[in-house]
Amino acid sequence: MTTPSATPRLTPLHDVHAALGASFTDFAGWQMPVRYGSETAEHRAVRTTAGLFDLTHMGEIELVGPGAGAALDHALVGRPSAIGVGRARYSMLCAEDGGIIDDLVVYRLAEEHYLVVANASNVAVVAPELVARAEGFDVTVTDTSADWALLAVQGPASAEILAGLTELDVPSLKYYAIDAGTLAGIDVLLARTGYTGEDGFEVYCRPDDAAAVWDALSKTGEAHDLVPAGLACRDTLRLEAGMPLYGHELDRDTTPYEANLGRVVVLDKPEGFVGQAALAKRKEEGPRRVLVGLVSTGRRSPRAGYPVVDPASGAEVGIVTSGSPSPTLERPIAMAYVPPALAAPGTRLQVSLRGTLEDADVVELPFYKRTS
Amino acid sequence: MSNPTHLQYTAEHEWIAADGDTARVGVTAYAADALGDVVYVDLPALGATVTAGESCGELESTKSVSDLYSPVTGEVIEVNEAVDADPSLVNSDPFGEGWLFVVKVSNTGELMDAAAYDALIAGA
Repeated sequence: MTTPSATPRLTPLHDVHAALGASFTDFAGWQMPVRYGSETAEHRAVRTTAGLFDLTHMGEIELVGPGAGAALDHALVGRPSAIGVGRARYSMLCAEDGGIIDDLVVYRLAEEHYLVVANASNVAVVAPELVARAEGFDVTVTDTSADWALLAVQGPASAEILAGLTELDVPSLKYYAIDAGTLAGIDVLLARTGYTGEDGFEVYCRPDDAAAVWDALSKTGEAHDLVPAGLACRDTLRLEAGMPLYGHELDRDTTPYEANLGRVVVLDKPEGFVGQAALAKRKEEGPRRVLVGLVSTGRRSPRAGYPVVDPASGAEVGIVTSGSPSPTLERPIAMAYVPPALAAPGTRLQVSLRGTLEDADVVELPFYKRTS
Repeated sequence: MSNPTHLQYTAEHEWIAADGDTARVGVTAYAADALGDVVYVDLPALGATVTAGESCGELESTKSVSDLYSPVTGEVIEVNEAVDADPSLVNSDPFGEGWLFVVKVSNTGELMDAAAYDALIAGA
């Protein structure tokens, strides 16, 4: 378990980022590269070639033992026991009242071995919660965050870059699959996952090996116009892809149904799970508010926390959860919670931008979908 | 980064180029870098009165919105239309093409020279 400290933690790649001229930001207790040059250029590189990210701040929790699958079925809203070995699922940890504690990616590394990846801001809560919920199951739960560095290569050129560095069969590694192998001779876990809306890979390695993995990816990536990419573009990439960010679209007061993520909840698990009754009730009653995409017609961006106004009544009816200029659409985009009656695509709403009302239209999410 | 010695600076990271009783105003390279890619610039209107140390507009970047403070008091006699059309000029040439507006100065706020400003941002 990590304890909050005044001094931000540095990833094993900190010196590499500094040498590349990165600007840093404090994020969930870590000092992370926010951008290396222009975040817009980094965003476009991920959409057109490839970007290289340091995601070592993410939390890793491992469950080992014959009861690992059953423990996760009880702890999470999905059914990890049904995940095939070498595959992954997006899932959530919910409270008894159905509120989201964190959204997670669950990898099944072996029959009795799972890797759960939690948000950096939540791992200190998620790890003890999983330990508590695994009580009575034949499983050992360990926060192994300090044992892992995480790098991501995202973008259309990423498969070609990886293929040159590993003996693993990159083209046949499926989306949301993971395999153990080597990269430039270094032991890694290679997963075809990401948070950008592009094809891409996440590479788990030992912290001591992170710089060598970064160097190998950078060198091989050079010919494919791979660029180092910071957290600023990661946020605009995930926003364009309509992906939620914990603390913005997801929190303790939100259930998966409000976030349009009811599909991750397996309500009929016979053994039951934490939050089952509350989530069943919410599904039956329907969400009180719905997450929508907004595209603004003006030049200024809706931002997190700005009120959404119903032009018919002038009343504040919702709130923006994330917003920014979209480098791909070249217009301001946002996600917001609004009443279900105002959630249909095409609905004209307004956002109060520091006192000025700006028109914004509800659109289908995601804002951006890759073509291949 | 080096801050041009012929300019004067504020603690809010604006620069001014004084020319007789007029002053051209912009934000420093340090400010532009801290903001990230500037995507929208809200400048004071032509003819508006701005007051030293008070907000007179906004700079919006990918990640944030920041107030623009006027370093001087006076009447706005020119605004940079080019930066309105292409806000990225603030990033690419903050001390040149990325200037923001020109004021007919009636009163100057607290300004520092390049050496003092260098020291300020070195300590930031």
